[in-house]
Amino acid sequence: MGKKSDHFDEMLFGDQGVRAPYSNYEKWFSGEDAARLSKKSKEAEAFFRRTGITFNVYGQAAAQERLIPFDLVPRILSSREWTRLSKGIEQRVLAINAFLHDIYHRQEILRAGRVPIELISQNEAFLPQMMGMTPPGGVYTHIVGTDIVRTGENDFFVLEDNARTPSGVSYMLENRETMLQMFPELFSQNKVQPVSNYPKNLRRSLAACAPKSCSGKPTVAILTPGIHNSAYFEHSFLADQMGVELVEGHDLRIVDGHIAMRTTQGYQVIDVLYRRVDDDYLDPLNFNPDSMLGVPGIMDVYRAGNITIANAPGTGIADDKAIYSYMPDIIEFYTGEKAILQNVETWRCSEEQSLQYVLDNLADLVVKEVHGSGGYGMLVGPAASKRELSDFAAKLKAAPSNYIAQPTLSLSTVPIFTKKELAPRHVDLRPFALMSPNGINITPGGLTRVALKEGSLVVNSSQGGGTKDTWVLED
Amino acid sequence: MLGKTAGGLYWMFRFLERSENTARLVEAGFRIALTRSTDSASEWKSVVTTAGVLEGYTQKYEDYTATNVVDYLLRDADNPSSVTSVTNNARTNARMVRNTLTTEVWEAVNDNWMTLKSALKKPIKETELPALLGTIRQQSALVRGALYGTMLRNDIFDFAQIGTALERADNTSRILDVKYYTLLPSASSVGSSLDNVQWETVLRSVSAHRSFRWLNADEITSSTIADFLILDARFPRSLVFCYKQLVSNLDFLAKDYGARTTSNDLAETLLAKLKSHDINDIFEEGLHQFINDYIQQNNAIGLQIEQDYRFNG
Repeated sequence: MGKKSDHFDEMLFGDQGVRAPYSNYEKWFSGEDAARLSKKSKEAEAFFRRTGITFNVYGQAAAQERLIPFDLVPRILSSREWTRLSKGIEQRVLAINAFLHDIYHRQEILRAGRVPIELISQNEAFLPQMMGMTPPGGVYTHIVGTDIVRTGENDFFVLEDNARTPSGVSYMLENRETMLQMFPELFSQNKVQPVSNYPKNLRRSLAACAPKSCSGKPTVAILTPGIHNSAYFEHSFLADQMGVELVEGHDLRIVDGHIAMRTTQGYQVIDVLYRRVDDDYLDPLNFNPDSMLGVPGIMDVYRAGNITIANAPGTGIADDKAIYSYMPDIIEFYTGEKAILQNVETWRCSEEQSLQYVLDNLADLVVKEVHGSGGYGMLVGPAASKRELSDFAAKLKAAPSNYIAQPTLSLSTVPIFTKKELAPRHVDLRPFALMSPNGINITPGGLTRVALKEGSLVVNSSQGGGTKDTWVLED
Repeated sequence: MLGKTAGGLYWMFRFLERSENTARLVEAGFRIALTRSTDSASEWKSVVTTAGVLEGYTQKYEDYTATNVVDYLLRDADNPSSVTSVTNNARTNARMVRNTLTTEVWEAVNDNWMTLKSALKKPIKETELPALLGTIRQQSALVRGALYGTMLRNDIFDFAQIGTALERADNTSRILDVKYYTLLPSASSVGSSLDNVQWETVLRSVSAHRSFRWLNADEITSSTIADFLILDARFPRSLVFCYKQLVSNLDFLAKDYGARTTSNDLAETLLAKLKSHDINDIFEEGLHQFINDYIQQNNAIGLQIEQDYRFNG
């Protein structure tokens, strides 16, 4: 182990030795030769390049396709830790669905005064077109990727509920494949719960949400913005793994009131569309008229009950960062239970007192745009220069309601393998939950993202983060 | 299968075939330039013409030197048919249809792209050219091998084969179109042997100099060469061979889909026409006219396939 750290390290307790879930792994690691591991690390990179597991970075023409660095030290959770996490996620996903149904129907939670009405009525993520309509099977969020961080042995926090089109699941699957190929012996020494059922479960889960109009075996397809999208690899990967077509807007049209795709033998009806296109671009007739990515009129087909769109349009209202701060109330309102997973304390800059607090303590806080994602437009106070702080303060004052602030959490670390040794780096976790009328299915583990720079808290792949295989051990 | 996907497969394999064909043309040109220094400019010009990029080339260069032609055909991103461009396009199409390809085929195409991108990064030195051309041919052989060895024989395979057959037929016919005059038995040279270097270039540009000699040891005449390139069903780049493949893959599609299309009929008609001729008929009819008609019909069949299988809506 390199430097001593003040953070909770999930593998090593300072001087007290190795935490239980890592004990087998550590034994194996200490018997390994650093040179061999370095070589393995290079092999993994070559493997990712050859198989084309890449992502595109917007605004960087020269580096159009990049690899997400993969670290070969797994992140390991015990079965007990996972049980609690998955219960907490399930509770949140159920609450989010109930919230969405309520917001688009009777709006009881607003009447009860638990969530301010302006937060909904003035929110761009709220879609009036969804009012009064119930998606097939009553499911709004077919796929959720909850971002979770940890600060101590039992301290897990939800950072974001990604309820729109969470990405990253292909890395979860490919990271495991890579580990199985590189270190098969580890999987005979450790009982790791498998993740490879995800594509099969996803297909089943989507098919179970088919609209009533579908009488036979449902036809599922994935809608991608196209090969220039940053997550295109994932879209084609999932289509391949699920055995479904990967369509773009221009492959689709309305035929007899249904969405159909142009095949070599004519138009074929689609029952369930897993869209990886944002609400705004989904339907130029109903939303952004300039969009070339969507299908004109799909919202009308949807409202007529002739197609399932996953996730449902308008789910963004539930993972909005301003709504986030109300999640503990939302969970209690709909489930009657306290939230199992904690929320991070959040200051809504739209509130005068909070804004003052945030401005006074900017250097200690993380400030995020309410509608931002991918780590863009975000300020990490402790890592910012004086100049950056004062620039950001000006932005905050100009449009306070665009921002929320949170304390800088002391995120847990998991070691990465540098060229010769282990060194602690901050991590987060994105498990993937699937929802259908048959229930919620959460793949054990998820995607662990790791900030590769020493001391850095930003794990986003677009900002230089890497990934790790995530293990959940069997009992 | 999506119409777009069928189109992606078809073009992916057309581009891969084009990359290989361009490498062969350059190889033949390079060889003739080495063996016959006096008239290499006109040889390079006919290489550029055969590659179908004369217009773009003349906008950029005034003369036909080895350095310029090799660079334009292999590396130039402004040339839509350069090896660099078609390799990129092949891979872009492969990404588009990736969920129809086996891992082996995808990896071979991706590897082809990575290898050639790095090999074609800097201008090519004369000393490196033979090895580079070898690499280009070898890379496409790897893709083909992965295709034959791992893909299901279904519509996906058919569209890949159709793209290859059409591109190859187009290539062989364009070589004949540019070089037909060297095969014309003019009055003065009746009975005299052909211009050795010329016919050897033609054969080399379809990798057939060896097979031709093997089949026609002592009989190197205009009619044996034309017969070989147009009508010999044993030679995998002859027009008849390409059309037999095309007709058979279109037939598989028709059976698979339970419906025949206009392209089935057009391709069969063209194949029947090829087969009904012997080489003397073709010379009598006029070699150039014959080739010209063929090129036009081959193009028309390509467009018909795009329409019949809804590549573009």
